[in-house]
Amino acid sequence: MAASKINSTTGIESVDPGELKAELVAKYPTKVGRKRAKQIVINSVEECGEVPEIGANSRTIPGIITQRGCSYAGCKGVVLGPTRDIINLTHGPIGCGFYSWLTRRNQTRTNGPGDANFMTYCFSTDLQDEDIVFGGEKKLRKAIREIYDNFKPKAIGIFATCPVGLIGDDVHAVAREMKEELGINIFGFSCEGYKGVSQSAGHHIANNVLFSHVVGLDDTPSKGKFKINLLGEYNIGGDAFEIERILDEAGITVVSTFSGNSTYDKFANSHTADLNTVMCHRSINYVAEMMEKKYGIPWIKVNFIGAASTAKTLRKIANYFEDEELIERVEKIIGEEMVEVEKVRLEVKSRCEGKLAMLFVGGSRAHHYQDLFAEIGMKTVAAGYEFAHRDDYEGRSVLPNIKVDADSRNIEELRVEPDAERFSPRKSQEALERLKAKGFRFKDYDGMMPEMASGTLIIDDISQFETEKLIEKYKPDIFCAGIKEKYAIQKKGIPMKQLHSYDSGGPYAGFKGAINFWREIDRMVNSKVWSYLKAPWQESPELTATYAWE
Amino acid sequence: MLLRHTTKEIKERQALTVNPAKTCQPIGAMYAALGIHNCLPHSHGSQGCCAYHRSTLTRHYKEPVMAGTSSFTEGASVFGGQANLLQAIDTIFTVYDPDVIAVHTTCLSETIGDDIPQIAKKAEAEGKIPKGKYVIHANTPSYVGSHVTGFATMTRAMVDYFAESNGHKIDQINIIPGYVEPSDMEEIKRIVSELGLRAVMFPDTSNVLNRPQTGRFDMFPKGGTTVEALRSTGNSKATIALGRLASGPAARALDAKCKVMCEILDLPIGLAATDAFVDTLRRLGGVNVPDSINIERGQMLDIITDMHQYFYGKKVGLVGDPDQLISLTEFLVSIDMWPIYVVTGTPGKKFESKIVEITRDVPHEVKVAAGGDMFLFHQWLKNEPVDLMMGNTYLKYISRDEDIPFVRFGFPILDRVGHSYFPTVGYRGGMRVLEKILDALLDKKDRESPEESFELVL
Ligand code: SF4
Ligand code: SF4
Repeated sequence: MAASKINSTTGIESVDPGELKAELVAKYPTKVGRKRAKQIVINSVEECGEVPEIGANSRTIPGIITQRGCSYAGCKGVVLGPTRDIINLTHGPIGCGFYSWLTRRNQTRTNGPGDANFMTYCFSTDLQDEDIVFGGEKKLRKAIREIYDNFKPKAIGIFATCPVGLIGDDVHAVAREMKEELGINIFGFSCEGYKGVSQSAGHHIANNVLFSHVVGLDDTPSKGKFKINLLGEYNIGGDAFEIERILDEAGITVVSTFSGNSTYDKFANSHTADLNTVMCHRSINYVAEMMEKKYGIPWIKVNFIGAASTAKTLRKIANYFEDEELIERVEKIIGEEMVEVEKVRLEVKSRCEGKLAMLFVGGSRAHHYQDLFAEIGMKTVAAGYEFAHRDDYEGRSVLPNIKVDADSRNIEELRVEPDAERFSPRKSQEALERLKAKGFRFKDYDGMMPEMASGTLIIDDISQFETEKLIEKYKPDIFCAGIKEKYAIQKKGIPMKQLHSYDSGGPYAGFKGAINFWREIDRMVNSKVWSYLKAPWQESPELTATYAWE
Repeated sequence: MLLRHTTKEIKERQALTVNPAKTCQPIGAMYAALGIHNCLPHSHGSQGCCAYHRSTLTRHYKEPVMAGTSSFTEGASVFGGQANLLQAIDTIFTVYDPDVIAVHTTCLSETIGDDIPQIAKKAEAEGKIPKGKYVIHANTPSYVGSHVTGFATMTRAMVDYFAESNGHKIDQINIIPGYVEPSDMEEIKRIVSELGLRAVMFPDTSNVLNRPQTGRFDMFPKGGTTVEALRSTGNSKATIALGRLASGPAARALDAKCKVMCEILDLPIGLAATDAFVDTLRRLGGVNVPDSINIERGQMLDIITDMHQYFYGKKVGLVGDPDQLISLTEFLVSIDMWPIYVVTGTPGKKFESKIVEITRDVPHEVKVAAGGDMFLFHQWLKNEPVDLMMGNTYLKYISRDEDIPFVRFGFPILDRVGHSYFPTVGYRGGMRVLEKILDALLDKKDRESPEESFELVL
């Protein structure tokens, strides 16, 4: 129980991660245990930055009680969900569309009442028995016509759910046909839930379709001196708004965001930016790679989670553009913003220092949010991703060594060539060398593990059983995961912060976001509400009855 | 505007659902299975369905919702999910040790045609089901019916798998509470015990999805109907099934299997439906209704007569599930409100005719749709507004756009608490519904009445 712990640090020292791992693995049937052993790793960081290998992006063990969702969720929910003016039509029975309706807290801000915003709507073909037997293409075509009649959108995305693949509906053929008929852009996503092993497959599929059907449709040169795209930022709780505020002030233009607060037209024009900045590496690196190959836009990894990380990111972007004025402006902003940030940080740190955190979530947040905890002196004792790959754990240097298994091979890798007319390297070879010599790194993601302490526990695709054991052993002061995990953890008396949807909070990105997050963590780990778990008669049941007047 | 693309002009749609007023079967099956003690629901399909169902139930109850999944990959969807389910059964019994695994299918495993009983048999033969433990199943394809169908089917599976009769009737009745909240199940049990009757209720999610904060997490909480109690349902004197759609199939199955006669009633929401429930209990149990219940009834009626002026002639729009809507519509009509729009996403012709019958004396045109959606409902409102809306959380977008008072009722409620603790069934539940309706109507009146007619006493 958080409330009764005196010294958190003793909590961590008393746990032998090796023993704990053995205990976790021993609980499972032998074959299952063997598989889990590869996904449970005790971190050790060599001087050169090398870390042990971890099993990741492999099949979930049936029945284990996983955090993971499906490819449809990663595609429709995560990547396309935050775009307001594309109509997302779920082709399938009703459930999949229903559950992904407004549940992710992506914010969007239109430019006025005349602007399209379909994010508050859910569109589905609601397939019925007869459609499953005779095929659903006819209904799909009709549904698209009805969308057009009622809503006249710029574009329609069709998302295939599990049964659709099996009954042989060809969403791509229908998309082509209807595009022809209606004269608007229509594209299909083969994101059936069984594709791949997690949401991750859906991210990839979404990246592919956006890249091949939308990006590059509008060649109008974008305005602004320093033009970037913000990739892998989904505007949960208003994160993108805070990032845009800071970039705006610095005079950096965001041509498009993939996909927080985004619009179709911005995607179409995104290839006119001069730099791609990648927040969530897992969900969006494919678009970054493909845009570099086709249009010559370099990409860098950035992180706006954490005040120091935000400052570092701003400097990195400014350095890329090699513009003195920009570099100065960025320094000025950092200086100004950090005044309030430092004040709050030190105040919160005085109450949070030494406390323990655990983060098991997503494909990048379990890493990024460690910065925010570290800045207020909290230690991350264990962490892991829900659906990341080895490169997100160990860094991109392992990419050549990752074995592609059958599940990943089923997800199409687009072959991308430089565009004959539009490929234009944003930096000359000479400039690239100059930057590199100064220590500037492109396509640089070192992953989560090198930045975590040796002896911490890294667990991929953590199960319910493992979650409970970890809590019992380490007694953390806060646990971060998703909605499905939330209340089981809180029932144990440990405050739990959702890092997918932020519960009801946010923004947590940028400078203001850091302040928000620290205040929130302060509220959670220092709250008195966790101290009422025992009623007076449970605290000291040994007392026998006495009368008040005695 | 939040729903800025919703137009007044209604164009016929045959293929497109916009803003559904239903969801899919498995979530209902999962909810029902959580009402068995020591049971882990298991979703046989891709893991996304299970993640979605758990998330939605969790958001609605703010409670742990545990369930397994067969985690199909592309291979499983081609060759069938037998290997996945076998491994799931083994892993679940080894790691989590429930008494029962309640398997429901998904669209995917249904389309493939996986045969769950055959796979369970194989698991048994391979020694993967420990002695005294059970794997039960329900077929829940989402391209048929809705979440209510899934609930009904899993509840029926409890009968199919467990109910036994030895020819000796015992002095107990069965109650199938319908797709209602844990608080409602608690209230139904309370009413039954006020009458001094012994009952087995199944499923029973009270103390599962409204459990206390104790600093302890139990994978399998104290609540839920035990396997032993489920077995005994075959020897009960009678069954009362509340809600035709959600509880009817299990009640009829029990009658067919163990010759337990059943009475299928409307959900006890409102005065008349609660009267019918209490009266049936009295008749079947051969007991007198105690004064405590008469007092509750009188209190509820008191609110109705005292506040009638605020109910009278108010137009109401309802969205929800058939069993709830039937009782609620009748309740509102009985207090002289006018439910003029009634929409459910769950298909069924009988529903429409039933609502028409209940509302035949309402002096206004009544529009009803089974298999409708909230987009249509909203379009109706644009053509003629109402004074009050009742339905799940999604209605709040309409409520804000159209400035119509709104009472949260049904599933899911994602943005308020209370539904898992305070019932809407029985007389006390009815009092709560009335209180909520009055709060919504009178808050608006207080907000909008001109200063000269702003009143202290209402
Ligand atoms: S595939 Fe079927 S069972 Fe799964 S969420 Fe979608 S509608 Fe529900
Ligand atoms: S890591 Fe979390 S925020 Fe990032 S894409 Fe994945 S789910 Fe979204």
